Amino acid sequence: MVGTIPNINLAWLVPAFPLIGFLITGLAGKRLKHNQGGIIASAMIFLSFIVSVVLFYVLRNSGQDSATVTLFNWIAVGNMNIPFAFLIDHLSLTMMLVVTGVGSLIHIYSIGYMHDDERVNSFFAQMNLFTFSMLLLVMGANYLVLFIGWEGVGLCSYLLIGFWFRNPAFNYAARKAFIMNRIGDLGFILGIILLFFTFKSVSFSEIFAQASLMHTGGPIITLITLLLLVGAVGKSAQIPLYTWLPDAMAGPTPVSALIHAATMVTAGIYMIARSSILYNLAPITLNVITAIGLTTAIVAAIIGLRQNDIKKVLAYSTVSQLGYMFLALGLGAYSSAIFHLTTHAFFKALLFLGAGSIIHAMGGEQDIRKMGGLRKKMPITYLTFLAATLAISGIPPFSGFFSKDMILSKAFEHNVILYILALGGALLTCFYMFRLLYLVFFGQQRLAGANPHESPKVMTIPLIILGVLSVFGGFLNIPSLFGGNLSFSNFLQSAVFSKVSEKISSSTEIGLIILSLVLLILVIGIAYRTYVRKANLPAEDGLPMTAWSRIVTNKFYIDKTYTVAFEKPYSTISNFLFNKVETKVLNPIVDGIGEATSRMGALTRKLQRGNMSFYFFAMVAGILLFIVFILTI
Amino acid sequence: MTFLFYMLSAIMIISALFVVFSKNPVDSVIYLIICFIGMAGQYILLNAQFLAVVHVIVYTGAIMVLFLFVIMLLNLNKEIIVRKSKVTRISAVITGGIFFLVMVAATRQVIEIHPRYPFSGTVGLVSEVGKTLFHEFLLPFEISSVLFISAMIGAVMFGKKDEVKNFK
Amino acid sequence: MKDISSAIQLIPLEHYILLSVALFSIGLMGVLFRRNTIIILMCIELMFNSVNLLVTAFAAYHSDPSGQVFVFFIMIVAAAEVAVGLSILVMMKRNVDSVDINLLNRLKW
Repeated sequence: MVGTIPNINLAWLVPAFPLIGFLITGLAGKRLKHNQGGIIASAMIFLSFIVSVVLFYVLRNSGQDSATVTLFNWIAVGNMNIPFAFLIDHLSLTMMLVVTGVGSLIHIYSIGYMHDDERVNSFFAQMNLFTFSMLLLVMGANYLVLFIGWEGVGLCSYLLIGFWFRNPAFNYAARKAFIMNRIGDLGFILGIILLFFTFKSVSFSEIFAQASLMHTGGPIITLITLLLLVGAVGKSAQIPLYTWLPDAMAGPTPVSALIHAATMVTAGIYMIARSSILYNLAPITLNVITAIGLTTAIVAAIIGLRQNDIKKVLAYSTVSQLGYMFLALGLGAYSSAIFHLTTHAFFKALLFLGAGSIIHAMGGEQDIRKMGGLRKKMPITYLTFLAATLAISGIPPFSGFFSKDMILSKAFEHNVILYILALGGALLTCFYMFRLLYLVFFGQQRLAGANPHESPKVMTIPLIILGVLSVFGGFLNIPSLFGGNLSFSNFLQSAVFSKVSEKISSSTEIGLIILSLVLLILVIGIAYRTYVRKANLPAEDGLPMTAWSRIVTNKFYIDKTYTVAFEKPYSTISNFLFNKVETKVLNPIVDGIGEATSRMGALTRKLQRGNMSFYFFAMVAGILLFIVFILTI
Repeated sequence: MTFLFYMLSAIMIISALFVVFSKNPVDSVIYLIICFIGMAGQYILLNAQFLAVVHVIVYTGAIMVLFLFVIMLLNLNKEIIVRKSKVTRISAVITGGIFFLVMVAATRQVIEIHPRYPFSGTVGLVSEVGKTLFHEFLLPFEISSVLFISAMIGAVMFGKKDEVKNFK
Repeated sequence: MKDISSAIQLIPLEHYILLSVALFSIGLMGVLFRRNTIIILMCIELMFNSVNLLVTAFAAYHSDPSGQVFVFFIMIVAAAEVAVGLSILVMMKRNVDSVDINLLNRLKW
């Protein structure tokens, strides 16, 4: 598998460009003029994208399925030999293209969005660092390099969420994100340790080669996959570690687009897809994944129905769509999950960037109850947003339709009830997304005194490009039903081992599609009637609500539960330790050591004060002791 | 003979004590001279004639005179120097006493060393000492002249008045 | 000869040792006791002399003339040392205007 492929060694350039961008904008940021940092950063990501495309062709022309590029021998201790290596195969190429492609568009958008922020170069430095870590994550040839990237994206997420650090609420959100991620990371680390213990290696090729010889359902494999799942749950915001994602909307909108929609939160899904061989050996874990994914998808969709902040709606939508990807993973349809990941990257990034455009135009207002009538004022934003909304709802022939349909049909093959629940979630998705669309773009303008205008070209061009991708991206993976040949899934077949599914017959499939289409159009109609015809506005805060409304609006009180169950006891212990232990015991001990040394020094100083009489005494005493010593020995 | 020995030792010890404990420096010098004369007597008792004479000439005649000279030159007898604190003085006496005890304890059991030569009473005569000096100890003898030269030069150097140096 | 030898050997060697040690410790006590530099130098002379006495006694008892030559050398060195020491003392008097030994306390640097 080691490539004698020419030019494959260019692979190191892909993460190197963002790293260079980070160093330049980070170290020389103060000296760069206002837009130069952003241009450099975007150029670096775009260069990475170009190299990724080149690598794609190189790999295809070589005829091999994968290649390992070793940079250097990293850890060589005893029996443990871990090189710092990249694995270039179809799965990692897909992720690389998505990360660098969508990433470069978002960077270009940020040039316009962040251009009047005083710390703009620091922003681009952190974004580049993030891209570097994400690339390490998807390109790593062993679990440790993946973990480096894993930790790196967690760090950059923290930095970027708390970018406007002067606001303490944002800092809290950043800390929350980081700590929840950390909880997942603990599981992940334990998983890696157990992997090394079982397989004596952390490299993908060696582990998967050994694993294919193992029996299904063994306890060790189940434990390993469960621990890795904990990591994925933390990173990809599934129940129960999802509450950080809505709060992470405190960061600038491009951050939400890049990190919390398109790339970082998909890291968990990538990792599980990469370890597909291991997961195929642990059916219990797959059932757990299915349950988690479905629950998350539905619960997040319900919460999203009642959110009034444009970014929070999109955040819950992200959590819900990640739930769908988990559902696909749990059903063994790994390539479907990756396909949905790709299309989701397109339209979710588009949605977030569009939201950013709206927020920018409304002068910072984020409450949708105050928006309205933007359709005429911001046509490009409206059209692209509409395209993305249609995509996420699953209307053919937009990209979301193909990916979601694959997942739904896999669910149907497994269990009809699963299908019904998943379909319900899809309908809820459609409803709240169209609610968002109608409230923001239709109707009368409700914010007095605002003058919304279309965003500058540097922001709208990425929107248009992403819009095109959202519309046509689905054609990557046309199922045989429509005459395509599933090129994307076949592309991934070499890297990801999806479970062979019992094919449902074409007629059933067409029937399902027509059913979902009819229901979706019905839902769109209901939404239209509610929010456009009747011009119903969501209630203002503070008005009395029914019990169910209150529960949903308060996000099922999960945040409060976590605060009471975990944060309060923790801070009580922390305060106790600080006041009673640190101040009263530890500090005096440490200070005391210094004091004792100081006093001993003062005492010893008296020995050498220079007065001769004392020196005589000391001499005589020394001689006496010496004589006594000699004589008694 | 023995009576002489004990008397001389008593004189020496008492005068040594007076050297240490007397207030006036000139008194100390006088007592030390008495001690040295007693020591010369001890030398004679041991039949070390050469040493006795040299002792009187060098020590009593030159060194003590030098001491007296310096005391008179610097007017030290007129000054009253503050004594050390009581604690220090007592601890000094105690230290001396401890040292005495330790050494006595150390030398209580002196091993019998057999003499190198058969006993001859002429050891100590000038001729014997001279013979040994110029046969076995010629080199140290010559080098001691170098020692004296350096001591003389050192003493002269120290005694010079400092020239006023111009630091500008 | 017989007279001298018997005369000398009347006094056992231990007595000489005792006397010498006593003088030495008195000299030592004087060094620790006094503050006047001249007296200290004199006590050092006293210590020298006690050693001289002891070596001479041994030389006489063991009929070894090299002991007495050694004493001779000690006297040489003592004389030189006194010369230099007293000139240092004169300089000290010139500089700090006193011969108190505690005034010379720059050895700490």
